[in-house]
Amino acid sequence: MHKNGFFSLLFHTLFIGFIVAPLLVVMAMAFTDKGYLSLPTNGLSLRWFRALLDNQEMLDAFMLSIKLGLASATIATLLAIPAALAISRYDFPGRGTLTGFLLSPLMIPSVVLGIAFLRFFSIAQIGGSFWALCLTHVIVVLPYALRLTLASTIGLEKDIEQAALSLGAKRWTAFHRVILPRIRTGVVGGWMLAFIQSFDELTMTVFVATPGTTTLPVAMYNQISQTIDPLITAVSTVLIVGTLILMLVLDRLVGLDRVLIGEGK
Amino acid sequence: MAFLTLEGLVKNYGTFKAIDGLSLEVQHGEFVALLGPSGCGKTTTLQSIAGFVQPTEGRIVLDGRDITHVRPEDRGLGIVFQSYALFPHMTVAQNISFGLEMRGVAKAERAKRVVEALDLVRLGGLGERYPKALSGGQRQRVAIARALAIRPNLLLLDEPMSNLDAKLREEMHIELRAIQRELGITTILVTHDQVEAMTMSDRIAVMQRGRIVQIDTPFEAYERPHSPFASAFLGKTNAFAGAVQLRNERCCHVQVRDTLLHVPHEDRSLGQDVNVYIRPEKIRLTEPGLGRINGRIALRVFLGNLWLLAVDSHFGLVHLTQPNLGHVPPAEGNEVGLDWSDDDLRLLDREAAHGQV
Amino acid sequence: MARYDAEHVGAAPWLLSGPALLVFIALLLAPLLLTALLSLNLFSDTEGVLPVYSLGNYIEVFKDDYFHEIFLRTGSMALAVTVLCVLLGVPETIIIARMAPRWRSTFLLVVLGPLLISVVVRTLGWAILLGNNGLINDALQGLGITDEPVKILFTQVGVIIALTHVLVPFMVIAVWATLQRLDLQVEWAGLSLGASRLTVFRRIIVPQIMPGILSGSIIVFALAASAFATPAIIGGRRLKVVATAAYDEFLGTLNWPLGAAIAMLLLVANLIIILGCSKLAERRFKQVFE
Repeated sequence: MHKNGFFSLLFHTLFIGFIVAPLLVVMAMAFTDKGYLSLPTNGLSLRWFRALLDNQEMLDAFMLSIKLGLASATIATLLAIPAALAISRYDFPGRGTLTGFLLSPLMIPSVVLGIAFLRFFSIAQIGGSFWALCLTHVIVVLPYALRLTLASTIGLEKDIEQAALSLGAKRWTAFHRVILPRIRTGVVGGWMLAFIQSFDELTMTVFVATPGTTTLPVAMYNQISQTIDPLITAVSTVLIVGTLILMLVLDRLVGLDRVLIGEGK
Repeated sequence: MAFLTLEGLVKNYGTFKAIDGLSLEVQHGEFVALLGPSGCGKTTTLQSIAGFVQPTEGRIVLDGRDITHVRPEDRGLGIVFQSYALFPHMTVAQNISFGLEMRGVAKAERAKRVVEALDLVRLGGLGERYPKALSGGQRQRVAIARALAIRPNLLLLDEPMSNLDAKLREEMHIELRAIQRELGITTILVTHDQVEAMTMSDRIAVMQRGRIVQIDTPFEAYERPHSPFASAFLGKTNAFAGAVQLRNERCCHVQVRDTLLHVPHEDRSLGQDVNVYIRPEKIRLTEPGLGRINGRIALRVFLGNLWLLAVDSHFGLVHLTQPNLGHVPPAEGNEVGLDWSDDDLRLLDREAAHGQV
Repeated sequence: MARYDAEHVGAAPWLLSGPALLVFIALLLAPLLLTALLSLNLFSDTEGVLPVYSLGNYIEVFKDDYFHEIFLRTGSMALAVTVLCVLLGVPETIIIARMAPRWRSTFLLVVLGPLLISVVVRTLGWAILLGNNGLINDALQGLGITDEPVKILFTQVGVIIALTHVLVPFMVIAVWATLQRLDLQVEWAGLSLGASRLTVFRRIIVPQIMPGILSGSIIVFALAASAFATPAIIGGRRLKVVATAAYDEFLGTLNWPLGAAIAMLLLVANLIIILGCSKLAERRFKQVFE
């Protein structure tokens, strides 16, 4: 196969530099010992990470985002599993429309979703509720959970369930002893991706967040809109490292390219 | 002067020798098959001739020109790939005219040659279709037409029939052979299918572990294999272990169990351990006691054009085939006699048998 | 999974997908419909939302130069981002595809990983890099290329750069998917027929990945046109795009109907772009690709 020549590798290096530059900059600045945005030219300091631990606002936002992520990912996955089974198992009229409908949030701009939810909440008077916010996140992340779960239910050999049934297993037994273990990686991968997407969600949440239900990205956005100080870079560094770890787990589990691209390795 | 010469080809991948000193001479217009199991190096050899693999050592000379280090796009060979490798985004006609375009052939002439090529493979009229809309057999013909349109002086076929169903494959063997004869183009075929090799080629080069172990016409290779490997790879055979008891310049007598077999045209040392081979189609059924040995029919299978039988005897399980001439051989359980002509016996050293197939 | 045909189906699939369907109808369809209705209301500074139905908001958007400028700016920025993503993303994907497996997976992770990091963080990085006291300006001045800080932050160029960074992984994903389906032997066939390496690239590889490039472009354009956070942070208050304009009306001026109208227009535009272009591309390529 054609190997990459010098110019290709040069281009590649510059491209990778372009990709990681903003992230490296943010992480570098988090270790500054000065009181303003700067590079840690005097040596690395953890003062801003310590400051983070004292910042109640950020900590609250962080906890909320975690709780929100766990809740919405779990609910989305629980909804997605039966739907995925229905879609891959049965050939019924309306199957395409149903699938398209459940995946539609991917095609709707987050701004539009945010406005729509805000309008809905104001009419239903459920503005500041955690569960209302959670349900909006469920809508947004369900497509991700569904796509990954579908990938593993569709790939399931047709005959395995038939074999189990022919050997005398009841429907439910066949499901949780034979099918569930096989789709487990798709389901777990879907859950993790849903969690990450919920945690990261900004644009839509900006519209529906209230002072009592502010997620971490929204808190960061509000902060950045006013002024950028090293505290926010410390928060960002924590997020980057956390995401990196989750990414590696996700890759080990399902294969990151399958998650993001949809085709097997 | 051979048209194509491979001299001492070696290809190493790290410590793995894919080609281990391979030399071959192919005459102009000849059809040679490289036959062997997967991993024997036949595809690597073909890819070296094509230029996609650079040999570690050795030379490739085509029509007097050393092409060993010439780039693939400058070699001017016709190649039919195993997956056909048609350009999916081009029509059949565009696929075929691509090579002509690369050679600077004028548009009008290209169109003419495309029609010729399509007629040659009997796909006339399908020029405007896309590969996606064609059947497997049709795609293969397009691949052949595309390779032949550039009027190459050497045609390389890389297991081109492996994706076709059995019946289509048989038809294509004969058709492709006819085309090759008509055009008189020197051809190298790579395959693991011995029927394919025997149907199409003038000579078969049997390959094992990166080397050619025997090169002969199909008849010679089948009737007189030089090794147990070649013997087993080309068709089925029966093997009986024995030791040489008597010998002179003209023949050997080999003791197999309690029977002395007379094998003409072979010479071995006294006492040497050997295997006696005989092909299934060379054994005949007779009444018990009227043949060389007796046995009981253990298996009888009807295959349409012939019967397949396995007979339990004191030589072990003997396989034989019988053409379907209308009468039905005895059923399982019956006692029979087995007979053959001594001329059909072959001898190969037992030592050569160890560690081989 | 054992596939059941339409006869045996009955209500089972609907029961299974019921919960998800109900949640979606209640919480997606309903809010969108309500927003559509809202966009038909009118607004007055004194009385708030008026329970009238008219197309007034839409007319305002179509007639007002202010909105023309915003839509035009958003569209041209999205176009610029798309072009950049093609120029940067397509070669990079091909380069990665040609690497040895170990490097390939590593770099794929590096390029696609940022998708899993919140857009706030990525945009923050650009805000820092592009500012007047930011690293890029420091470098430019340090190298002597400019004397004063070059204003990149709060300009369209800045937004385009940052958006390209955010969206180029989507282009890589789209092209990678089509690249995976390429048969290596097809390239060899091209070479064997006498085509030079460059010709093989131009006439054989590129046409085959064109569907991927197109679908990637559609996705990137749609996402760039509806982007909010990046234009808000990098572009600042004065550089409005459609999404930030909607935000302004909704949470700034509190003119909810107008904000809703802008949102509806954005939604419709998005759907037209995605579905429309996909259908066109599909028809063009249908006869050629599986």
